[in-house]
Amino acid sequence: MEKIPILKMGKFLLVTIQVDLYDRLALTLEEDLIQMVFKTGSKGVLIDISALSIVDSFMGKIIGNIAGMSSIMDAETVVVGMQPAVAITLIELGLPLSGVHTALNVEKGMALLESRMPPSLDDANDDDVD
Amino acid sequence: METPIFEILRSKKDRVLQLWLQVQQMDTEVSNNYNTADELRAQSTEFVDILVGSLNENTVQDFSSPELEALTDYISSLTISRARQGFSPRETATYIFTLKDALLKVLSEQNSDNPQQLYQDSILVSKFIDNIGILSFETFITGREDVIFQQSEEMAELSTPVIRVWNGILAMPIIGTLDSARTQVVMENLLQGIVDTGSSIAILDISGVPAVDSLVAQHLIKTVNATRLMGAECIISGIRPEIAQTVVHLGIDLSQMITKATLESALKFAFNSLQLEVRRTQREKLN
Repeated sequence: MEKIPILKMGKFLLVTIQVDLYDRLALTLEEDLIQMVFKTGSKGVLIDISALSIVDSFMGKIIGNIAGMSSIMDAETVVVGMQPAVAITLIELGLPLSGVHTALNVEKGMALLESRMPPSLDDANDDDVD
Repeated sequence: METPIFEILRSKKDRVLQLWLQVQQMDTEVSNNYNTADELRAQSTEFVDILVGSLNENTVQDFSSPELEALTDYISSLTISRARQGFSPRETATYIFTLKDALLKVLSEQNSDNPQQLYQDSILVSKFIDNIGILSFETFITGREDVIFQQSEEMAELSTPVIRVWNGILAMPIIGTLDSARTQVVMENLLQGIVDTGSSIAILDISGVPAVDSLVAQHLIKTVNATRLMGAECIISGIRPEIAQTVVHLGIDLSQMITKATLESALKFAFNSLQLEVRRTQREKLN
């Protein structure tokens, strides 16, 4: 079965959605991602949706869900690279994704996550990983 | 032996044309606007050719018949070209209706001994030419509407410029009322501008918006939310005292957005969040 890869980058998880996201795939992603957050103890999740050109209310809900689940597991979610059409669609659908952080691109998203990590925690985490 | 009307017209094509040109010359309204009589003659000849060519027993009864496509296309292009040359719709209509005079005259010459047949044919011809007149008017109005539509689109495009004020800061002054269609344009342009320039702050200046009601506020909130989804921040600036008053009186909650009274303070805020500083250069040190 098709799967969306979840990459571990330092303290964060990086998900790049490069294919059309159908409902089943989105649900699998939601489950895999939360498992990964639990397994790796990541403090941040970065979802790159710059290749996503079509979005529906279900997708909006899944993104909201991932953010909500991550936040109760003490990980922040940043959605990056949203296309203008996707942003307008989500707003028109009444899904402002208020719990989700956003950034223009992966680089800025990383910087945002980086800036939200308390410095002391960073060190402790690095030790744990090593 | 009754000859069908289209047969008469086909055999008497030259006579029709000759009579039509005569009537046109008498009617100053038609003739005096043309550059040359030759031009008018050429156009009229083509018209009569196409008209007679497309008439048969079906089309003479039924104007919506697909066999008349050549004629309707020709009339549409004729109307448009005449409108471009500066003819009023009245002049074009008169031009078409003078053809009726010519046709009726030819029919009466042909059927002078058969008033019953002449009457029926006259009604047919009248109806046919009236339909051509209506078509011409329709084309004229459609052309006008296209122009109006194009202009309003251009206006919407013109009135929503996205300005890159600084590296990473965009500004968009909105002049005029914000309705749904315009908000859409504003939103699209702003978001596209954010993608193109990679800016993280967008300033929406509404000092040129005459009034803010709950609908406009709704549109503003939508735009701010969409910008946030893109990963940028949107500041609303140019809130005049009257606007602040109406917004509060209407009970609209703008507390979730960053609002500033002037573009200046919005810019200051933007510099601040990008950790930029604007300072006066110190001349003493240079000297």
